Amino acid sequence: MRKNLNVIAAYSIMMVLILMVGIFQSWNIALSIFNLCLISAVMTMGANIQWGYAGLINFGIMGYTALGGLAAVLISVDPVQEAWRAGGFDILMSLWLIVVMVLVIRFILKRFEKSKIRTYSIAAIIISGILLIRFSAEPGIEAIEAVDPAKTGFLGGFGLPIIFSWIVGALFAGGLAFIVGKVALGLRADYLAIATLLISEIVIAIIKHEDWLTRGVKNVIGLKRPAPYEVDLQTTDWFIKLVEKFNAGKLSVIENLADRQAALNQLVIEGSSVFVKLCYSGLFLVVVIILLILTQKALYSPWGRMMRAIRDNEEAANAMGKNVVKQHLLIFILGSAIVGIAGAMLVTQDGLFTPGSYRPMRYTFLIWVMVIVGGSGNNFGAILGGFVVWFLWIEAAPISLFLINFFTAGIPETNAFKAHLIESVPYFRFLLMGLGLLFIMRYRPKGILPEKIEIK
Amino acid sequence: MDFVNAIILLLNYIFIPALTYGSQLALGAIFVTLIYGILRFANFATGDMMSFGTMATILFTWYFQSLGVSLGVLPTALLAIPFGIIFMILYMLLIDKFVFKYYRHQKSPPVQFAMVSIGVMFVTQAVVRIIIGPGDRRFFDGEKFIIKARQFKEMTGLNEGLALKSTQVITIFVTIVLVSLLFWFLNRTKTGKSMKAYSDNEDLALLSGIDPKKIVLVTWVIAGILATIGGALYGLDKSFKPFTYFNNMLPIFAAAIVGGIGNPFGAFLGGYVIAFSEILLTYAYKKFFMYILPESMEPNSLVQLLSTDYKFAVSFSILVIVLIYRPSGIFKGKVL
Repeated sequence: MRKNLNVIAAYSIMMVLILMVGIFQSWNIALSIFNLCLISAVMTMGANIQWGYAGLINFGIMGYTALGGLAAVLISVDPVQEAWRAGGFDILMSLWLIVVMVLVIRFILKRFEKSKIRTYSIAAIIISGILLIRFSAEPGIEAIEAVDPAKTGFLGGFGLPIIFSWIVGALFAGGLAFIVGKVALGLRADYLAIATLLISEIVIAIIKHEDWLTRGVKNVIGLKRPAPYEVDLQTTDWFIKLVEKFNAGKLSVIENLADRQAALNQLVIEGSSVFVKLCYSGLFLVVVIILLILTQKALYSPWGRMMRAIRDNEEAANAMGKNVVKQHLLIFILGSAIVGIAGAMLVTQDGLFTPGSYRPMRYTFLIWVMVIVGGSGNNFGAILGGFVVWFLWIEAAPISLFLINFFTAGIPETNAFKAHLIESVPYFRFLLMGLGLLFIMRYRPKGILPEKIEIK
Repeated sequence: MDFVNAIILLLNYIFIPALTYGSQLALGAIFVTLIYGILRFANFATGDMMSFGTMATILFTWYFQSLGVSLGVLPTALLAIPFGIIFMILYMLLIDKFVFKYYRHQKSPPVQFAMVSIGVMFVTQAVVRIIIGPGDRRFFDGEKFIIKARQFKEMTGLNEGLALKSTQVITIFVTIVLVSLLFWFLNRTKTGKSMKAYSDNEDLALLSGIDPKKIVLVTWVIAGILATIGGALYGLDKSFKPFTYFNNMLPIFAAAIVGGIGNPFGAFLGGYVIAFSEILLTYAYKKFFMYILPESMEPNSLVQLLSTDYKFAVSFSILVIVLIYRPSGIFKGKVL
């Protein structure tokens, strides 16, 4: 118990902070912060597996998150029959061509010795393949995008419950990670960072501009929910009764019956959105706990020990007969798959998919700040990092507004400097994150909750 | 005649824009490569440092404009750049003192440096946005065109016009002067040579009496000059927006690595490689083929290899291919 004291203390402080937001601001805000903290925690767990367990640097988190989000769209949206009729055949043909191309390349790679001719012929196959695919897919894509572009204009998905997308998102992200890992994992650490960053930008570019698949920057809205809708809740009897019961004391004070009904209605509206958020919190908590148990088990298993050995001394681990390349690839896939789950969870919660909102600051670098601040190599640390950093990210603006007002209390409102500062309050969050990262790296390089390995 | 028209078309839409964009990337890429070669880390704050330098330049431009000082046909920003450079260098030295120096003395691995530079990136981004805001700023004044497309048409009687913006000429001219000066400095002066030696083998350089503090200082000074000028030229030619500058970090990295990181000449050429491939692959050649092919063979489609949406993706793909097949870059060579 004693050795875990700092973990318990850190988490209690975090919970108290969120509760304080609930009491002083509103429960809606507190719960939405909490939910995003949970999603961030899943992302940091993914990044932590790669960086903390294996020392692999992955700046492509944004790409995997977006793929998870894409999975949510492809799973939950109903298929657009008309679009399938218009261009489905061409798209399937192109997919088939891609498969054939990959098989041919594999065949050449297996069959022939490494030589210049082989390299050039593979390049020729890829280039002619891309041209061929473009040529064959073009009419299909145009036809699909022409189908009611204001509403659909894409193929749609499978019309399944959105929860499935959490698994499919993991598969998508893992699949991408397999390709990226095969290609880039041999690189030096800082090259790997740049390569993954750039590959994630390519993924975003594709998601943004392939409208037939994702609707691109036109966004997909109104995704199905795993939780009830507020509007439905507000007309459900048991829910109204529940709200009444909760607020019995408050309501009994009001004498007038009409006033009481109005107050109850207001409470029901507020309560419904809190209730929906609580549903999401429950779902997300289940995911976080399952992942935490699995990652903790993995960390203390022989496999986890091997990963740490590889991280700390690759050559020695190699000499002991461990297949470093294979393990690196495996952990790269696992970590990215977890990030993919988080991406799908995020879109599930928002109920919309906005490819334009995927930016590296928010989805790659912020996650890295979380991992470093929380404590790399320690799952509890990584989750805490997700909580702390997301909390600060959201609350930075109110905090800095308060501080500015506090320090410039004597200066009149009309002062240009003060007005300018207040106007730029949203950007103080970047400052806070940067300074936080720099201070942690300097004075507590292992993070708030450092890695602790006990050999049992 | 059609043939000349086709050439002018390519000059106007591909060659000159790519040369300008490539020059801007090249300056940034040399900045990245210098930091990488001498201070030995991938600086993720590159784009934001460039935006800081540009911001300082813009503030001085506004100041000069309010004083009524101008350079006539040339943009006032040219006058403000030296002052911007001073601020940039001061900011860089400040950051080096409080952030990077510690890790240099600790001999931290490059990955840790890269992480720290992300912290610097966040801070710089905040500083820029707090001071000048996140919006789009244009600070160009003076004569916009050297040759207008219409004038050119009238002068030559051709169908295609050739527009030459003054910012394009300024960018290319300044880049040539700056880069020649830089290579002269690196190859001919004693400090430059000692920088090369330091980059090549730190221990040997220290043994032969090279002062590491001076090397680091000179590196930051050169970096500040490159970052400010590169950023200001980009801002003059297009416009200044902090987010765009952050994004520009990516093609700049691509240019530096394609050219062989640590090799300034490679980075210089890398900038053009990236710029030309981006523009060549995303340009719609329909009009070009209409000029050079007989009427019966004219294309119906746009003859565009990739849609312009994938502009960035092109440079990143090139980078990924280079990283896989020639990790040391196309222009393999000695460090620095």
